[in-house]
Amino acid sequence: MPRPKNILEKIWDSHRVFQKEGYPDVLYIDAHFIHEVTSPQAFDVLRKKHLKVLRPEKTFAVADHTVPTIDRKGPIKSAKSARLINALIKNCRDFGVKNFFPLGHPYNGIVHVIGPELGISQPGMTIVCGDSHTSTHGALGSLAFGIGTSEVAQVLSSQCVLQYRPKTMKLKIEGKIGRGVTAKDIVLYIISKMSTSGARGYFIEYAGTVIRSLSVEARMTIANMSIEAGARGGIISPDKKTFAFLKGKPFAPRGRDWGRAVNFWKALESDPEARYDKEINFDISGIEPMITYGTSPAMAVGISGRIPRAKDLEAGEERKALKRALKYMGFKEGEKMIGKKIDYIFIGSCTNSRLEDLLSASGIIKGRRVSPNVNVLVVPGSNKVKKEAEKLGVDRIFIKAGCQWRHPGCSACLAMNEDKIPTGKYCLSTSNRNFEGRQGPGARTILASPLTAAASAIKGEITDPREYL
Amino acid sequence: MKQIESTAVPLPIENIDTDQIIPARFLKTVKKEGLGDKLFYIWRKKPSFVLNNKNYSGEILVTGGNFGCGSSREHAVWALLDYGFRAVVSSSFADIFYNNSLNNGLLPVRVSEKFLKMIFLALKENPKVKITIDLNSQIVLVPGKKMKERFEIDPYKKLCLIKGYDDVDYLLSLKDKIIRFEKKRKRRKG
Repeated sequence: MPRPKNILEKIWDSHRVFQKEGYPDVLYIDAHFIHEVTSPQAFDVLRKKHLKVLRPEKTFAVADHTVPTIDRKGPIKSAKSARLINALIKNCRDFGVKNFFPLGHPYNGIVHVIGPELGISQPGMTIVCGDSHTSTHGALGSLAFGIGTSEVAQVLSSQCVLQYRPKTMKLKIEGKIGRGVTAKDIVLYIISKMSTSGARGYFIEYAGTVIRSLSVEARMTIANMSIEAGARGGIISPDKKTFAFLKGKPFAPRGRDWGRAVNFWKALESDPEARYDKEINFDISGIEPMITYGTSPAMAVGISGRIPRAKDLEAGEERKALKRALKYMGFKEGEKMIGKKIDYIFIGSCTNSRLEDLLSASGIIKGRRVSPNVNVLVVPGSNKVKKEAEKLGVDRIFIKAGCQWRHPGCSACLAMNEDKIPTGKYCLSTSNRNFEGRQGPGARTILASPLTAAASAIKGEITDPREYL
Repeated sequence: MKQIESTAVPLPIENIDTDQIIPARFLKTVKKEGLGDKLFYIWRKKPSFVLNNKNYSGEILVTGGNFGCGSSREHAVWALLDYGFRAVVSSSFADIFYNNSLNNGLLPVRVSEKFLKMIFLALKENPKVKITIDLNSQIVLVPGKKMKERFEIDPYKKLCLIKGYDDVDYLLSLKDKIIRFEKKRKRRKG
């Protein structure tokens, strides 16, 4: 009998083109996503070496990181953004990349939102992109990870990437999901326990009854933030929900191919006796909606909790990091998070901009007005999400409440377009990183779920979403 | 690259993320060059930041653990190189940053926590202390202090750095194998 394997090993072994002692594996890539920020220098490598893109049909290009979210009719105002986007257009044309979804294309959106929603990302695939949140696609049972621009050049020219097989970690999540607790809260809780380097060197497989109970969209939120625990990626064995999610998607298999694909996908599940380099169990019963207080996603507490005190932490680097973070955030040790004033709310990003996220936030917002003291940006993850939300009247709920309803893009998650948070201002954000200056120079980011964002928008201060449920 | 011998710049902070190394707004470039000015952009505005301290300079950056966590932006590595760094010494690196460094000839040197502390101390005592990193023997040493430690590096990447080999060239030398792999898979799928 063959050795039992986990899903990561199964996918890795079936994509290994070549293996040699002392050399990294040559790993074949099924889908390569590129965007305007991390690809131009890679195409330059190909130009310099007079190379072609080996498999343009397996390359999917989209402009998302720097695109404007307000006015999409005229030319792009920022000359620098325009240069990046035009470079992507030219590169796709010069190198024959036909799967290109520019602004205005019905398939345009954040790369990690469109991959799954178009059915490009499928179980058992290897997927890379020059973006660390590529781990998102792992929620569908694909082996997906972020790469650097040098590696983008590797994939463009050879459809392969040189990689050592990462260690595997099984992260089992059990327990009862509390009221007002979403996938975002679960993943923030896990990161707060594991630290931002807790999974460094590992690829996580999420398992357990909680994962099974979550929707595919919610699973994406968890897989998305794997990198925030230091992991290379996160993967979830596909199940009926995954297959139902993919069925009928534009790039998903059809007809006879569909049945064949599902049979193949079913066999991907980790074998019961599969081994891992590390196994961790989390019981999430009793956790609250989570909120960050510092400048790393691991600096998070339950929403009714208090900011830790330095004396309660280990002496040394941890205390120093807390002090530095609180100074930046303008918070004090031991303070309560609830009731803190907020200036901006950002509902969006590859973590929380899918239809389910917008629906959950709009459920709280519906029939209410947001506080006049907050500026609320709602940025759907893709044109498709936007259209579907508008069909359901979600846009009108947000607009009526006083929120801004924008075009899709990465937007204020990393502030590479005009959507920046001003210096010193507080932004409660459904995105994934609260690093210093992430949302603009001097901006102070507080990470939370779409539910918490919606509740806080109404009061203009950090609010427990359970008040509105 | 075989050996780096230089003074060093200490930055004893853990978990330095890529947004600190270079903020996203400076990634709006189609080139790799010219990013050195933007390295540690926010922190550099403070006169007390180590890059503004005339006592410290050199081709080696010595930093706290989990350096380079966060995004996959290779611009972080390009900025460090463009500024003039050729090696980063730390107790640990974020995975993608580590690969990006090796892929660009910025040598990431992983040392023990204890050794890292000793280097920080040596630099505090004497900002002009020289550090030698020998890639061939995989040894980092502070000759003046009689400190040395061996570091690990992937043998393939070591070869690339020493001989100036290139990943893309290596992969394309295996193109026949790649095409054969594709054909085999297609047959299997029917």
